[in-house]
Amino acid sequence: MQIVKEKKTATKTKKTITISGAEAIIHCLLAEGVDLLYGYPGGAIMPVYDELYKFQDKLTHILVRHEQGATHAAQGYARVSGRVGVAMATSGPGATNLVTGLADAQIDSTPLVCITGQVPRHLLGSDAFQETDIIGISTPVTKWNYQITTAAEIPEIMAKAFYIAKSGRPGPVLVDITKNAQFEEFEFSYEKCTGVRSYNPTPKPSEEAIAAAAKLINSAKKPFIVWGQGVILGKAEEQLKALVEKAGVPAAWTIMGASALDTAHPLNVGMVGMHGNYGPNLLTNECDLLIAIGMRFDDRVTGRLEDYATQAKVIHFEIDPAEIHKNVHADVAVLGDAKESLELILPLVHANSHEAWHNVFKEKYQIEFDTVIKNDIHPTKEGLTMGEVIEEINIASGHNAVIVTDVGQHQMIGCRYAKFNQSKSNITSGGLGTMGFALPAAIGAKMGAMDREVVAVIGDGGYQMTIQELGVIFQHKVPVKIVVLNNDHLGMVRQWQELFFEKRYASTVMVNPDFVKIAEGYHIEAKRVSERKDLKETVQKMMASKEPYFLEVKVEKEANVFPMIPSGASVSEIRLQ
Amino acid sequence: MEKKWFTMSVYSENNVGLLNRISGIFLKRHINIESLNVSKSEIDNVSKFTIVIYTTDEWVQNIVGQIEKQIEVIKAFYHTDDETIYQESALFKIASDLLFDERQIQNIIKDSNSQIVTVARDFFVLAKSGRRNEIDEMYEKFKHFGIMQFVRSGRIAVSKEEMQISALLKEFQQ
Repeated sequence: MQIVKEKKTATKTKKTITISGAEAIIHCLLAEGVDLLYGYPGGAIMPVYDELYKFQDKLTHILVRHEQGATHAAQGYARVSGRVGVAMATSGPGATNLVTGLADAQIDSTPLVCITGQVPRHLLGSDAFQETDIIGISTPVTKWNYQITTAAEIPEIMAKAFYIAKSGRPGPVLVDITKNAQFEEFEFSYEKCTGVRSYNPTPKPSEEAIAAAAKLINSAKKPFIVWGQGVILGKAEEQLKALVEKAGVPAAWTIMGASALDTAHPLNVGMVGMHGNYGPNLLTNECDLLIAIGMRFDDRVTGRLEDYATQAKVIHFEIDPAEIHKNVHADVAVLGDAKESLELILPLVHANSHEAWHNVFKEKYQIEFDTVIKNDIHPTKEGLTMGEVIEEINIASGHNAVIVTDVGQHQMIGCRYAKFNQSKSNITSGGLGTMGFALPAAIGAKMGAMDREVVAVIGDGGYQMTIQELGVIFQHKVPVKIVVLNNDHLGMVRQWQELFFEKRYASTVMVNPDFVKIAEGYHIEAKRVSERKDLKETVQKMMASKEPYFLEVKVEKEANVFPMIPSGASVSEIRLQ
Repeated sequence: MEKKWFTMSVYSENNVGLLNRISGIFLKRHINIESLNVSKSEIDNVSKFTIVIYTTDEWVQNIVGQIEKQIEVIKAFYHTDDETIYQESALFKIASDLLFDERQIQNIIKDSNSQIVTVARDFFVLAKSGRRNEIDEMYEKFKHFGIMQFVRSGRIAVSKEEMQISALLKEFQQ
């Protein structure tokens, strides 16, 4: 596959040219440094596709097989590269098919610009062919959206769209463009957006809050850091590491924060949340200071809120004011960009080690290792486990791969056991829990980080929700590695049915096709592993391949993911079995 | 937690679709908007939404944060009834012959401090501004004589505390 290299276009096109709205859209994308977009043509966006045809040397368009795939691919691309992902679709069903990806990007703060075609202005509101109110539909799942009805609006709105998508707490923006605006000719000039008067994306951290936070950190006996994706989005990985090391604070991550700090770092104590590690969950309710950095106290992290860290003082470093005190009251709220805030606090923090406190985490880890982890990643019983597959990927990748997971048991296992030695390596659908996310997201992730190995780890259920994107992998020879952990069930729902619905397995048994044959149908090299003796060698072969590769691993059908905080329980009630 | 009446004042750009975005935040939390008024504000080209809701302190704080987060919202405030000066307006359309047939009507008009907006051969229109209970009282008094049409506006309110929107806009520009 070939991706056009990033084009450094001048940010300001001073001279004015007379062009169509459709061509203007291409110039806007180029001016924003876009060289790759995902989409699907259709009637109301055809003028733009006609221009894309003319600009093929500068802008690569990837034809996905379903518009949802375009949004997830753009998300994968954005999450590994830190750039804005772009997706395009036609009006009506093309636009509505973007909604799941928009919602996913909104809840996981992923910068996207989605462009949709719309019926001509004079037909708006008339229930015309393929007309749908995508502005109304997408409003709750976008950071911002706008309908362009005249070509003259295009430059300003496109500039604003990119600025809003990537600034502050990032998110998806949708720009809907009527067909008449695509045809109209106008005088085009482009200027990048540097601010919107009603929008303050990056509040400045207050000195008082920083001083108060430092005071709490310096006097804490049992401090505990929980960081989230805000650290990655704010490029604050170095500052997080510096704080963890200087203040000697055990630090855990939310699923979206994974990989911001090396998983092998001695003070990285693991994942919090429903299927997170034992120590970090349990000790949330024993620490005397909880330092939350760029995370939003999601219910999957906190368990029952009334019993969450009630004994601890809470410092909340957060860029989005709406998250402060939303779920958990912060004794000190530091509003601002994570990097800037942590840089300000670092000189005020005293060096410390908190060794005895850190040892408590180690003890809890040992308990979890003996009861859960050992059996997950070094099983002795018959039947392959998901954990041992992840462990083999770790070994073969040297902790350096981008791991893209879908949603469910394999996702929890993947996030628990994948090892990362660099940031932006864990790509998953965290907030929305979108089955079908991983395959298209892996395509985008690979295109956003061509120098890295990208491994999509997917369950047999989620895989079939966007399986058609194998067509993209085949057509563009995208060298992603696809691992389907097949337990012939919708595993997580089945687990809940087993634990909480007296084993009434309503619609969770999957009757699956021959996945190897399907991959081979797309001319992708494919293998199936059903026995432990073949696993290591096959994973190594897959990782060594320079081509796309599909691996199906037949894992235990009725395994459960532990530890687990049952829904509505406190983090203290975490179960090991 | 105890529920109370809150008046929210939302300063924003005057853009298509913003009302949908703001009302969606209430919809998401299954909260009914008791009253809504949109008008220009004291600042050129800045609109003001006045929204009345009945909810808890915690929720109103969260909602204000989520409204303020919308790109085109400049600032959102919330106040209890004690912290604001507020009014609603109502129009009553009443049959003109009642003025002559029912002596009490003239007393009700005088006592209610309402104004006669127009008098036609068949009907006259009264305008009444005040608190909701005052308007409700007037409504009750007229009710058994027959009201041809009735309409009441959303609450409009100004806060006792200062709302420094101009300073904020300047700060955002920097």
